[in-house]
Amino acid sequence: MSRFTEDNARLAKEIIGRYPRPRSAMIPLLHLAQQQSGYVTNDAMVHIGELVGATSAEVYGTASFYEMFKFEPVGKYLVNICGTMSCALMGSEELMHHAEHKLGVKVGGTTSDGMFTLEHAECQAACTEAPCLQVNYRYRFRVTPESFDSLIDDLSAGRLTAEIPDHGTVAKVLQHIPADRGVGAVPPESVTEAPEWLNGKAAL
Amino acid sequence: MSGTYAHAPGFIAGDRPKIVTSRFEYEDSYTLRRFLATDGYQGLRAALGRAANEVHDEVKSATVLGRGGAGFPAGTKWGLTPQGVYPRYLVVNGDESEPGTYKDRLLMERDPHQLIEGCLIACYAAGLSQCFLYIRGEMALAQERVAAALNDAYAAGYVGKNILGSNFSVDIVLHWGAGAYVVGEETALIESLEGNRGMPRLKPPYFPAAIGLYGQPTIVNNVETLANLPWLMLNGAEAYTAIGTKTSPGTRMVAVSGHVKRPGVYEIINGITTFRDLLYKEEFCGGIRNGNQLKAFVPGGGSAPWFTEDQLDIPFEGPQAGAAGSMLGSGAVMVMDETTDIPAAALTLTRFYAHESCGKCTPCREGGTWLERILSRVVDGKGTMADLDQLIEVGTSICPGDFPHASNAKLGISAVPFPYKMNTICFVGPSAYAPVNSALVLFREEFEAKIVKRNTIPVTAVGAAS
Ligand SMILES: Cc1cc2nc3c(=O)[nH]c(=O)nc-3n(C[C@H](O)[C@H](O)[C@H](O)COP(=O)(O)O)c2cc1C
Ligand code: SF4
Ligand code: FES
Repeated sequence: MSRFTEDNARLAKEIIGRYPRPRSAMIPLLHLAQQQSGYVTNDAMVHIGELVGATSAEVYGTASFYEMFKFEPVGKYLVNICGTMSCALMGSEELMHHAEHKLGVKVGGTTSDGMFTLEHAECQAACTEAPCLQVNYRYRFRVTPESFDSLIDDLSAGRLTAEIPDHGTVAKVLQHIPADRGVGAVPPESVTEAPEWLNGKAAL
Repeated sequence: MSGTYAHAPGFIAGDRPKIVTSRFEYEDSYTLRRFLATDGYQGLRAALGRAANEVHDEVKSATVLGRGGAGFPAGTKWGLTPQGVYPRYLVVNGDESEPGTYKDRLLMERDPHQLIEGCLIACYAAGLSQCFLYIRGEMALAQERVAAALNDAYAAGYVGKNILGSNFSVDIVLHWGAGAYVVGEETALIESLEGNRGMPRLKPPYFPAAIGLYGQPTIVNNVETLANLPWLMLNGAEAYTAIGTKTSPGTRMVAVSGHVKRPGVYEIINGITTFRDLLYKEEFCGGIRNGNQLKAFVPGGGSAPWFTEDQLDIPFEGPQAGAAGSMLGSGAVMVMDETTDIPAAALTLTRFYAHESCGKCTPCREGGTWLERILSRVVDGKGTMADLDQLIEVGTSICPGDFPHASNAKLGISAVPFPYKMNTICFVGPSAYAPVNSALVLFREEFEAKIVKRNTIPVTAVGAAS
């Protein structure tokens, strides 16, 4: 269970084909696995290893370095409240206390209905809009206790499903390189010459 | 035209020259249609109309300073690849995660085609045969906007094989991370792109321009750096250097957060706009909130030593900020007013760097954790005077010698200029100490107050919403 589906295996091969070395596709494929199951399963890591030419231990070695990969189920919505300086200066500690109270879990915990996991996050590159948070990596800015409550109520009632996908899906739009337009990736050792356009002449 | 655009949260325009934010006023700024209607891909066309080495020379003479943190000129960096070694790659650093930094995400979300055009110009000029655009994992919208823009640009013939019908062919591959601050460091970025844990490599020998991705010459440039190139190609180096100063030409995006009236992202004039302008002028932040007093500010991202009002008249000029004891870093100013609990504020940064240590070198792995633990204890009112000495001792084991700090007239201290010496592979270790050192040098009495009145004061919040 939880190896890539046929469609995802096809997509995985397309992604691998963009890189000079297959192993470079490791992180994108881990995201794909997380999108399929909501977290990264052992079987998915075995499958990724087969696809990129690495052992499953190597895949896990890479995956475990990165915060976004989860190895057991989390809530449908991952609520990440930023606690770094700019947000802290604007009251993120109080927001976190409020969130714990509203959700009835401590930071790091998941609600008993499996809807929400609450996490402390680091700077989300939205410091001017502090305090801020992300739900499955979708932003909410200048969050107040009231706006937090209505966010949670909206999520619980299923009113934001169009904007916020379930945990695992990050980008809803992916790159596709059309076969007739792409240059194609080649292993570095098969190139020795300077690119054609470095001939001292204008390309146009 | 000025104001905040609801669709570019945080961005505040003004009547100033715009090099990289010129399209932000349009609701549909991220579409190919809008881009083409506003000079889009004309810089690329101009570049391809000249020989690659001429384009490279133009970028060199414009002195486009790197906007990722170190401020190294892009044209010079491109010239550091070893002669005759191919293939060469471009890796675009869109991992923006330095505390306080918010600009690359805006550039990717609001004007992805401008970035793509910049990547193409760089690849053409420096002979780079494939481009990897590494976007921070947590930035869902930026990934979607760049993916859609790339799909459109491929379909329209701006990216891929025989661009604009020429012999210039290059793929741009969208790659995305998965959450790890240290991956923003260029050699860690390359490790991550090779499918590994994102741990920095030792420099020398692993300077990316010489030994980068797959061991090949690799140019790593920041998103904002590359976003400057279309305008530069269209308007020329002379027009570019006419803005700003000789050593710091052009503009740069700066995010101001914290206790100002109008926190926001501003495109300012390099070398000329001062911190006082930015924090107090009406066209920028309009002063400290509630008429409060300024206590301190971080001038260049969480890694930078702190300034106070004594440094307000310094312009955005790297060497001047360096001589004053800090750096401009990634264009991120974090402002603390008189209500700020300084030790607690420092802790939010030290905790960040301690948490983000990759663990490869001992002074950072152990030192960062120690700093965090000791500082936590002090902030919680459980510290001792010996803890303060211990903080400095641990800091000195990460960075031997005097750590850079600002001068302060009231305290009668003069500046220790940037940079510092370090016992670590990358800057994460020193960055854990920078806020501790600044806070201790400039506000020691606040630490002592927490110790002397121990257990009698409530644990305070770092700051509050109003
Ligand atoms: C710990 C650390 C984190 C960094 N994070 C970033 C980052 O998020 N984005 C970035 O562009 N540069 C970052 N840098 C700087 C890069 O190493 C590199 O200098 C930069 O991407 C080069 O681009 P530029 O010359 O165009 O500025 C970081 C450096 C260090 C040491
Ligand atoms: S300084 Fe810290 S983050 Fe950088 S290589 Fe050493 S342990 Fe890793
Ligand atoms: S500190 Fe919270 S977004 Fe930067």
